[in-house]
Amino acid sequence: MPAIKSIIRVELPAHLRTLAGVSGEVAVNVPLSLEGTVTQRMILDAIEHAYPVLRGTIRDHVTQQRRPFLRFYACSQDWSHELPDAPLPGAVASGAEPFLIIGAIAGG
Amino acid sequence: MSGVRVLVGTHKGAFIMTSDGKREKWDVSGPHFGGWEIYHVKGSPADPNRLYASQSSGWFGQVIQRSSDGGKTWEAVGNKFVYDGVPGTHQWYDGTPHPWEFKRVWHLEPSLTDPDTVYSGIEDAALFKTTDGGQNWQELSGLRSSETGPRWSPGAGGMCLHTILLDPSHAGRMFVAISAAGTFRTDDGGKTWKTITKGLHSKYLPDPTAEVGHCVHRIAMHKSRPDVLFMQKHWDVMRSDNAGDSWQKISGNLPTDFGFVIDVHAHEPETIYVVPIKTDSEHYPPDGKLRVYRSRTGGNEWEALSKGLPQSNCYVNVLRDAMAIDSLDKCGVYFGTTGGQVYASADAGDTWNAIARDLPAVYSVEVQTLP
Repeated sequence: MPAIKSIIRVELPAHLRTLAGVSGEVAVNVPLSLEGTVTQRMILDAIEHAYPVLRGTIRDHVTQQRRPFLRFYACSQDWSHELPDAPLPGAVASGAEPFLIIGAIAGG
Repeated sequence: MSGVRVLVGTHKGAFIMTSDGKREKWDVSGPHFGGWEIYHVKGSPADPNRLYASQSSGWFGQVIQRSSDGGKTWEAVGNKFVYDGVPGTHQWYDGTPHPWEFKRVWHLEPSLTDPDTVYSGIEDAALFKTTDGGQNWQELSGLRSSETGPRWSPGAGGMCLHTILLDPSHAGRMFVAISAAGTFRTDDGGKTWKTITKGLHSKYLPDPTAEVGHCVHRIAMHKSRPDVLFMQKHWDVMRSDNAGDSWQKISGNLPTDFGFVIDVHAHEPETIYVVPIKTDSEHYPPDGKLRVYRSRTGGNEWEALSKGLPQSNCYVNVLRDAMAIDSLDKCGVYFGTTGGQVYASADAGDTWNAIARDLPAVYSVEVQTLP
């Protein structure tokens, strides 16, 4: 049976939108888990597949760790410190709410 | 008529400045990659329209950009820099072992003959190479895994491999410099390396003549005499006449021999340039006067060049990669400051004009002499 996919809405920081050559929110096709959920890892895999230029800019190439000055938000909550395979809210999986990748406020 | 293209990397983007052979009127484009730190932009000697840029950010890490039309358009290429094998450790500031961690690309050195081959110097110090135009990068790990590697330690600006010199006369020979480890030479294309620090004296080291630990800020050569090297060290301006096997001090009558840049005249191999900086904690010129110093004798005897440069209340720095020299006759000399000025001299340093005055802090300056 083919995997069920969901259109996930993702907001990228301005510099990464420029790098990827996109404007505004992007939509990526993410195959849902058997339970119908999506995770950070699934979304980031899909983003990097759709926009290879972003590989290494959101998470480390090798360790796959989130870059320290980036944050992941969804449904008004900070998911940055959750495990990459933890399910995100259903509203993200259904496309009702976007997954936000945010550049942390820091000097420079 | 021939012209020049000046490639400027700054704290918040890259700028490209072009002029004809007179080098009086300039067109400035940019910022390219606005908001990103551009440590270095350099063109291929084999194809002047092929440019490479190191773009980095504390938020988003490292990106490498490539242009095939002289900087009009760019495409991001590979940004995966992974140390070869198990990276091991180097020495941390407090003397304890610290794992090697990739931070950024400081310097890009395109091959003299192939536009798709480029060497890159990174922090934490290592040398990488691409042969496919930047899509894939492999470490030349013989350098970092040499016997001295675990004893290298960072300078205040990090442990960066910032200088790569390719010897045009000896295939396989190149020189690199690392802060704060020293200078190294390979004669086999990067497989094996020799530490070339004999004659360096650094009073901040427990053993001032130690093999490694010297904070070399920059080395330079003239392509017609690749066995003659010039060095601006943390303190001391040095010279080698035997491809780095030994060094002699040539600071002579400089007002201070601290500084970052050093470069060589395009047509006179014994004419060299430095910008003296007051001290290692006061990173600005002595007396608030921005002066380039030129030696026509290969060192020791220096003259101040100040015509057109600010001679009061000037407290900028000139970073290690921020000087370049074109090959027109008379040769042009260029440098950028942390205050955002880019100065040009079309007469080998006798007189200066600002191409730009209000850029972000300048990290690097390169120049291409165009047909």
